[in-house]
Amino acid sequence: MNAIFEGIGASVRRKEDLRFISGRGNFVDDINRPGQTHAIIKRSDRPHAKLISIDTAVAKAAPGVIAVFIAADMEKDALGGIPCGWQIHNKDGSPMAEPPHPILASGKVRHVGDPIAVVIAETRQQAKDAAELLDIVFEDLPPVATVRDAVRPGAALVHDGVTGNTCFDWHIGDKDLVDAAFARATKVVKLDLTNNRLVPNAMEPRAAIGEFDPMSDDYTLYTTSQNPHVIRLLMGAFVLHLPEHKLRVVAPDVGGGFGSKIYHYAEEAIVTWSAGKLKRPVKWTCDRTEAFMSDAHGRDHDSTAEMALDAAGNFLALRVRTLCNMGAYLSTFAPAVPTYLYATLLAGVYKTPAVYAEVHAVFTNTVPVDAYRGAGRPEATFLLERLMDVIAHDTGHDRVALRRQNFIPADAFPYQTPVALNYDSGDYQTTLTKALEYAKWDEFPARRAAAAAKGKLRGIGISTYVEACGIAPSKLVGQLGARAGLYEVANVRVHPTGSVTVFTGTHSHGQGHETTFAQLVSDQLGIPISQIDIVHGDTNKIPFGMGTYGSRSLAVGGSAMVKAMDKIITKGKKIAAHLMEASVEDIEFKDGKFSVAGTDKAKTLAEIALTAYVPHNYPIEELEPGLDETAFYDPKNFTYPGGCHVCEVEIDADTGVTTVVGFTAVDDVGRVINPMIVEGQVQGGVAQGIGQALFENAVYDDQAQLVSASFMDYTMPRADSIPNILVGTETTLCTHNPLGVKGCGEVGAIGSPPAVINAVVDALRDFGVRHIDMPASPQKIWSIIQAGRPQMAAE
Amino acid sequence: MPSVTLTVNGKSHTVDIEARTLLVELLREKLSLTGTHVGCDTSQCGACVVHVDGVSVKSCAMLALQAEGTDVLTIEGLAAADGTLHPMQEAFREHHALQCGFCTPGMVMSAIDMVMAHPEGMTEEDIRHNLEGNLCRCTGYHNIVKAIAAAWPVMHGKELVAAE
Ligand code: FES
Ligand code: FES
Repeated sequence: MNAIFEGIGASVRRKEDLRFISGRGNFVDDINRPGQTHAIIKRSDRPHAKLISIDTAVAKAAPGVIAVFIAADMEKDALGGIPCGWQIHNKDGSPMAEPPHPILASGKVRHVGDPIAVVIAETRQQAKDAAELLDIVFEDLPPVATVRDAVRPGAALVHDGVTGNTCFDWHIGDKDLVDAAFARATKVVKLDLTNNRLVPNAMEPRAAIGEFDPMSDDYTLYTTSQNPHVIRLLMGAFVLHLPEHKLRVVAPDVGGGFGSKIYHYAEEAIVTWSAGKLKRPVKWTCDRTEAFMSDAHGRDHDSTAEMALDAAGNFLALRVRTLCNMGAYLSTFAPAVPTYLYATLLAGVYKTPAVYAEVHAVFTNTVPVDAYRGAGRPEATFLLERLMDVIAHDTGHDRVALRRQNFIPADAFPYQTPVALNYDSGDYQTTLTKALEYAKWDEFPARRAAAAAKGKLRGIGISTYVEACGIAPSKLVGQLGARAGLYEVANVRVHPTGSVTVFTGTHSHGQGHETTFAQLVSDQLGIPISQIDIVHGDTNKIPFGMGTYGSRSLAVGGSAMVKAMDKIITKGKKIAAHLMEASVEDIEFKDGKFSVAGTDKAKTLAEIALTAYVPHNYPIEELEPGLDETAFYDPKNFTYPGGCHVCEVEIDADTGVTTVVGFTAVDDVGRVINPMIVEGQVQGGVAQGIGQALFENAVYDDQAQLVSASFMDYTMPRADSIPNILVGTETTLCTHNPLGVKGCGEVGAIGSPPAVINAVVDALRDFGVRHIDMPASPQKIWSIIQAGRPQMAAE
Repeated sequence: MPSVTLTVNGKSHTVDIEARTLLVELLREKLSLTGTHVGCDTSQCGACVVHVDGVSVKSCAMLALQAEGTDVLTIEGLAAADGTLHPMQEAFREHHALQCGFCTPGMVMSAIDMVMAHPEGMTEEDIRHNLEGNLCRCTGYHNIVKAIAAAWPVMHGKELVAAE
């Protein structure tokens, strides 16, 4: 049917690219509404203080100012606070502490960046100038800067009434079984490690425009979101008390998300509510500095891991204790990240029979922490894969052999882990073997010697991982505390002349859905992708949807499309049977044609569609006209991508600067629809992982001031700090969704950080180094080299 | 209110502006050329790169008044009148050098200037080094580097020997 193959498996060039390379993207800040006003948010520069008074009079009188709103104005309208979408229960069964999260700070500010007031003016500059005129009196309180500070006896309380700053103290696994295994172990290897705090930094800063139509009482919110329907639900039902039919949320082109644009943020509620008050559109666009102190951050764990081994190096049990940071307030999915997206992955790719993890989540005077690319799985992977190398170091095992010996074998799937998950498929030996082969692992000693001859320290490291994505079965996540279902929705509309529009509840902000999904539809319906449009990001167009995160779009959203297309084909067969006077059982659908088995009688999809919309000769008694079907798909399980990453580094002994000289990723992401896009997703994720391992760090000083709040202070990976990234795929199919797909959006960021640190530690193996926390900055490495210099001549 | 006269994408404009208006604000807000983006407030990201008199400039780091009498080229002005794309635009699409597309206009404008400034050829390392002023959070740069290397011979009408 198609002249050029553009179905499943083809590296089709992206349909969305033309508008982006021509400067015709449609990002929120590119949108301007008639009569629009501009909002500036006044934020706290104090980490923790009582709000004694806010005098808005001078600001209100400034040129161009239309309104200034503070918390008290919102309280008059009885607005709700920002809700949290996930409830965790403590070890004793009691629910987590869930302190109020006001839209604008009320009574107290709790982190640098906490919004206090909104100033709305005719121009952005006027609003900015007026915001400087607000007179705010604070009474400083002692700040809580880190997780360690939060749990210190006598620590200040971020929220009055939240004892010990504890959000929850949760656990998973069989403690007794683990304790018993430790009691009979011949060797216990212990490692303390931190997972550094990161700022997601999508290149497009967040933005929002609220609009109110007094003729219909309808509100519209344009927002930089990964999930417009979720925002409509959270903001409408819990914050502004607006029914869904009166609220439209549009997320147009969005410039990257990486998790940070999942959450319902205060600014969305502020512009929507203000637009209703002022009867004029209100636009807000975030500055980068503002983004650093208001976008949800990621990671920030402090952990202790212990592995019990027998004499042969078999893992007997794993014990983990993690202290994690929630920040000052609970962001939308924050409680899920260090629990069900983290501790459930602590079996990893290993057949460790018993695992027990305790997770203590605390509040601090810092920006809220939530999911960032990988969300919990990078933290689990870093812990496990660092622990693997430390076990090898402490016991003298070869690090590859140790992993192989303990892998879950390929014939053991489906595999039930001791921490709740049931892996459906995987083959960790094969991805490891391939990765070592592509990375020329066996020839590494020669490369190390050559580097040494130039005075460079060369190291190589691996990481073997599994993750859980394709989020997620609604019933299961409901039991685990989610306050939402995590199915996906697709509406497939075949138009009268046979072209197709697909409305999906997922959202594309770089993933290339307009292309990948079109390929999927082309494959199933046998029409060229030029005849297919994918529409996302508008609650008025799409029936419903839960959005894009947790690498779920293809596994869940794509499966919903398959279900909807199955309905189209089933209906089409009935129409075809009527037209060709055959029985439905004899109709076959293939390559875009309905044919009568064993004859040359056939009708194209376009002919059937036309009949459906012009039903002159039609089985009207049994069948409604039209060819337009909607399906909801709720997955049966998570999907489990896995693989092996190999990193090779060279360290300049004089400066401590690490250069990544090679990176190989071999990932099993299930069936691949567009290899070009998958490769790009992995490369982007790996770059973020290298960023975490070597450069990035969100730093608070002991007064809880964010000192890395710009691109001058927060080191983003740049073109000259990232190598070429070799990507391979090895496929085992997902066994429970119709496409066999697993997801590729996060694997790069999940597998890579420990591979990098393992390589760095390997490069420094002659200096007696056992572990280095991220980021492995030149200063850290230089200090290690200085301390250990005498041994260097040995190589 | 002062005014500025300049040519943008071949069209002359005279605009009244506040003196503190940045070139990027003039382009986006006064001329509705929203292809040029703002990704930071410290001149670090390069999302705002345009050409001023043929040279790439971070338009967030230049006052609009400083552009008086200049010839400015933005991403919207790159393709030919008949829609034929510039070879760099083509290369970005062909090599999947963009994901969310937010950094792309600045990347493309920087890349064109870089290639024109290096008629002698470029190694991969040269390209990476010259991209230092442009941040991309999506691609990991791999395909951007490939796209620029691929556009070089098309733009210079000869083979790129030095790259790879
Ligand atoms: S906007 Fe970031 S460099 Fe200009
Ligand atoms: S493509 Fe998204 S920032 Fe470069």
